[in-house]
Formats: sequence, C-alpha cells, structure tokens
Amino acid sequence: MNLQNKSLSAKIGKASIYLIIIFLGLVTLLPLLNIVAISMSSSGAVTANAVGIVPVNFTLEPYRMLIDDPQFWRSFGISVQRVFLSLALNMILIVFMAYPLSKRKSEFKGRSIYMNFLIFAMLFNGGMIPTYLVVRNLGLLNTIWSLVLPSAVPVFSVILMMNFFRGVPKALEEAAIIDGAKPMQVLLKVYLPISVPSLATVALFSIVGSWNDFFSGLIYMTRESNYPLMTYIQSLTVDIQQMIQQGVNSTNLSELMGVSNRNLNAAKIVVSSIPLILIYPLLQKYFITGIVVGSVKE
Amino acid sequence: MQQRKRTASKRITNINLTYHFMILPGIIFLLIFNYAPMFGLIMAFQDYVPAKGVFSSDFVGFQHFSYMFSLPSIGRVFTNTIVIAGGKIIFNTLLAIVFAILLNEVRVRWLKKSVQTIVYLPNFLSWVVLASVVVNIFSLDGSVNQILESFGIGPFNFLGSNQLFRPLIIGTDVWKSFGFNSIVYLAAITSIDPGLHEAASIDGANWWRRVWHVTLPGMLPIILLLAILNLPNILNGGFDQIYNLYSPVVYQSGDIIDTYVYRVGLMGRDYSFGTAVGLFKSIIGLVLILSANQAAKKYTERQLF
Repeated sequence: MNLQNKSLSAKIGKASIYLIIIFLGLVTLLPLLNIVAISMSSSGAVTANAVGIVPVNFTLEPYRMLIDDPQFWRSFGISVQRVFLSLALNMILIVFMAYPLSKRKSEFKGRSIYMNFLIFAMLFNGGMIPTYLVVRNLGLLNTIWSLVLPSAVPVFSVILMMNFFRGVPKALEEAAIIDGAKPMQVLLKVYLPISVPSLATVALFSIVGSWNDFFSGLIYMTRESNYPLMTYIQSLTVDIQQMIQQGVNSTNLSELMGVSNRNLNAAKIVVSSIPLILIYPLLQKYFITGIVVGSVKE
Repeated sequence: MQQRKRTASKRITNINLTYHFMILPGIIFLLIFNYAPMFGLIMAFQDYVPAKGVFSSDFVGFQHFSYMFSLPSIGRVFTNTIVIAGGKIIFNTLLAIVFAILLNEVRVRWLKKSVQTIVYLPNFLSWVVLASVVVNIFSLDGSVNQILESFGIGPFNFLGSNQLFRPLIIGTDVWKSFGFNSIVYLAAITSIDPGLHEAASIDGANWWRRVWHVTLPGMLPIILLLAILNLPNILNGGFDQIYNLYSPVVYQSGDIIDTYVYRVGLMGRDYSFGTAVGLFKSIIGLVLILSANQAAKKYTERQLF
C-alpha cells in the first residue's frame, strides 16, 4: 500500500467516525424535537401526522389551554412540594447515616451491624404489594407523605456519601477534636463544607428520582386530584396509546375523541420536562463525577 | 494517669452515643419501609385477607408457589423478562462501548461537547415523557413508518405486534441510556497510557489494530466489572418503560414479572399470589447479586459492597 492510499483511507475512516457520531446525536435529538414541534402545531396538522421536527401551522394555543388547566397545575404543585420534602428528608438522613458509617469499626462500635442492616435493605426487599400494604396500614394513602416517606433513605446515596466521607483527611477531624469540637460540630463544620460536590450529586439523584417517579402516585393516590405530575400525565396518555396500539390510526382516533388533543398533551409533556432541562447543566456536571468516582469500592 | 484514661474512655463512649443517635432516624425509616414489608412477605404463604392482616390470616404453605408454576402464563412472563432484560444489557453495553471509542476520536471540541450534551439527556427524562415520544414516532402513521414507506416497506404496527414489541422495547431503552452508559467507558479510555498508542503506531498498527490491541484490552477490566454487576438486572425488564408502552395485545411478548405482579396482585387484589411471585423474583435476584459480588471480588478485585 503506498502512502497516498493510506492517508486517503485514513481520511475516509475519520470521516465515517464523524458521520456515525453525528448520526447518533441526531437519532437522539430528533424524536425529542418531534414532541416539541407537535406541541406548537395546530390540531389539524397533528391529526394528519404532518409534523416532523418543525411546527406546522405554528400556534401557541396548546400552551394557552394548558395555562387554564387546573389539574395540571395542581399536579405540578404536588410534584414541586414532593421534590422539596423528599430532598430535605433524604439529605438529612443521608448525611447523618453516612457520617457514623464512615468511621472505622474501632471508632464506632456497632458499625458493622448497622452496615449489614443497610446493605441487606439494598439487596432484598418486600416487593410491591407488602410495601403498598404498609403504606396503606399507616394511613398514608392520598397524602403527600406516601410519596416521600417510603423512599426516605436512598441506600445507594448513603453508601456513596459514606465512601466520600472516608476519603476526607483524618488530620482535619483530629485538629477540630483537639480544639474541643463535638462529633456534630465536626460533621457540620469540617465534613460538610468540603463535601459539596458529593452532596450535590446525591441531591440531584433525589430531585430527578422524585420528579420522574409516576408509580408511587399511581398506587398510593386513589383520586386524580392528588396525582403528582408524572402520574397525571401518564393517566392522560395511556388511553390514547392503547387505541393506537390496537391499530386505530390517528385520523380515526381524533374522530373517536372528537378533537385531537395530542398537541395539548405534548405541551404538558414539554412543560413537565422544563424543570429537568433547567438543572441539566448541573446534572451533567455532578452526575458524571458521581458515576466516575463511583460507588464501587476497590 | 488512671483518671485521664477514664475521661478518655468516657469521651469515646459519648462520641459513640452521638453516632448511635445520628444513625437512629434512618434506621427507623428502614425498619418501617424496608423491613416491615419483608415481614409482610409471610403473606406469600397465607391466604391473606386484608381485614385479618398478616397476623391472623390462614397459612396455606407453598400453595401459591405450586399454583404459580402450574400456570402456563408464568413461564412466558419469566421468559419475556429475561429476554428483554438480557437484550437491554447486551445492546446497551455494546453500543456504549462503540460510542465511547468513536467519540474519543472526535477532535472537534464543540461537536464532541454538543453530542455528549444531547445523548446524555434522555437518561434524565421520565419514561412517562419518553413513552409519548416513542408512541408518536412509532405509531402506525408515525414518522418511522412514513420513512419506511418512502422506501416501500411497511407500515409496521410496532406497538401492537408480538414480533416487534420486544425489539422496540430494547431499542428504545438503548436509545435512552447508551449515551449515559458510555461515560464510564469514556473515562476508562482516557485513562489508558498514551505511550501504548504511540508505541503501536510506531510499530505500524493502523486505527483498527490499535483499538483492538490497545484500547479494548485497556477497557477490559471495567467492561468485565460492569458486566458482572449488571447480571442481577436480568430480572428487571424495566417496569416504567413497559407499563407506559404495552397493551393487552402484546402481553404475550411484553408482559414482565413486575407488570404481572402489579396487574394480577395489586390491581386484581390477589395479594398473596402477587407477593409469592414477587418473593420468587426477589430471592433469585438476591442470589444473583451475591454471586455477582463474589465474582467481581474474585476476577476484578473490586466489589459492590
């Protein structure tokens, strides 16, 4: 093979790598753009399935209708409330469990018992039905607490935080103790300030998890007015999907339903994703460190 | 001297006491919401009546388990779960590795950053949201069928066909997660000593050979570790995704253990039977995860817990 051929084939190789990467990027992006385009198109265009990645007969009517939808905003409010309650509870429990567990066995008698207790909770669970019955017997059905309390201790995050605390230099703690600091002060004044990246990681795990969860709402809320946002959206789309799956095409579907509200549903989906898109830069930054630093111990 | 020792040991006891108090609230939550349901698993061996509760319902031994194994549908549910979960693990791993290797070759910084930003995004979106996206493009007159028809193929009823439903589930899951899964592999690639690549180039190795003889061997430990740790997921077909995309037409190919327990046990209020199926799954899952941890410890000198 002469030199020219070699550089030509290298160029083709390089170009195909770029093409594949761009292709994968587009394949991921276009379906997401599709739903945004649908949310800004007229019902007629959506019904005729004429919408690709650009809105057809551009309109903001679906968003105007959305503003007047009381259940959407009630569910939105429930989800926001739930995210803050879960976040507060999760962070307190994560930090106060992770700190003692990050001590050596010689420093904290009973550590291994607690540790095994925690790990077993991660490996094995009672499953859907017994958990549902516990929540029901506690009288939590149809309350916001049914969405918050069952996931109060995210075991995975506790272990992640514990591993991080273990990496904190001992000298810092010893210096504080010589100055007369109590464990609580050591935790709050020495450990927490230098743990901000890890705290951010587990906080984001908590936020994304509770915002996206629709299942708790589905089983613990019996009234639609109590649904968190994802459960509410899920309840809207499921009937239409079943009709589509049974082979009804969209034109017949809208005749069946009177008027197409697919653009309205799309608008709901877009608005429900906005909070996550807003924190996405943070997610990209901290999730990646969280994953690469890893929960896996050497 | 004696005095000082005593105060020191008293201080350690006090510190220990504080530690116990710190950890207590979390332990209480675990007891109520993790351990109490485990106790509730007793109902798998009972004819559970909600009014009587776990304490006074009648015991029936392994009746629910033998009933479970006598059902023809249960084999189908386990097969669906394993095929779907297995497919997801294999294709997610493969595409994530390929993507990481290719992305590492991209030298145009803005392009690399943009593509990363795009492909990590779906991982953070709920399946409730993504299911709508999937339904829109895969419906009978959706974009995918429009494109296929322009080539003279189809249309296909992806969401309503027992031949196409599993590939659709696996494919859309890979679409959601491959980008995010590639992060770990990308980190593994960048930690490979560049000197190895230089040496291989000097020896005349082309790109393919360098990937094969330098990059992949360098990634092997992390690939092996993740493969082992993914093993227990073989029983997790992905409730959120399937629940939002399936319908009675595709139960035959798409019903998994979790959706089955939800429908029959929780919705059908057959609590004892549903719990028995769930318990069976949990026990196999526990065995798998303990074996995976042992294997990881043995072959990669790392472990999950």
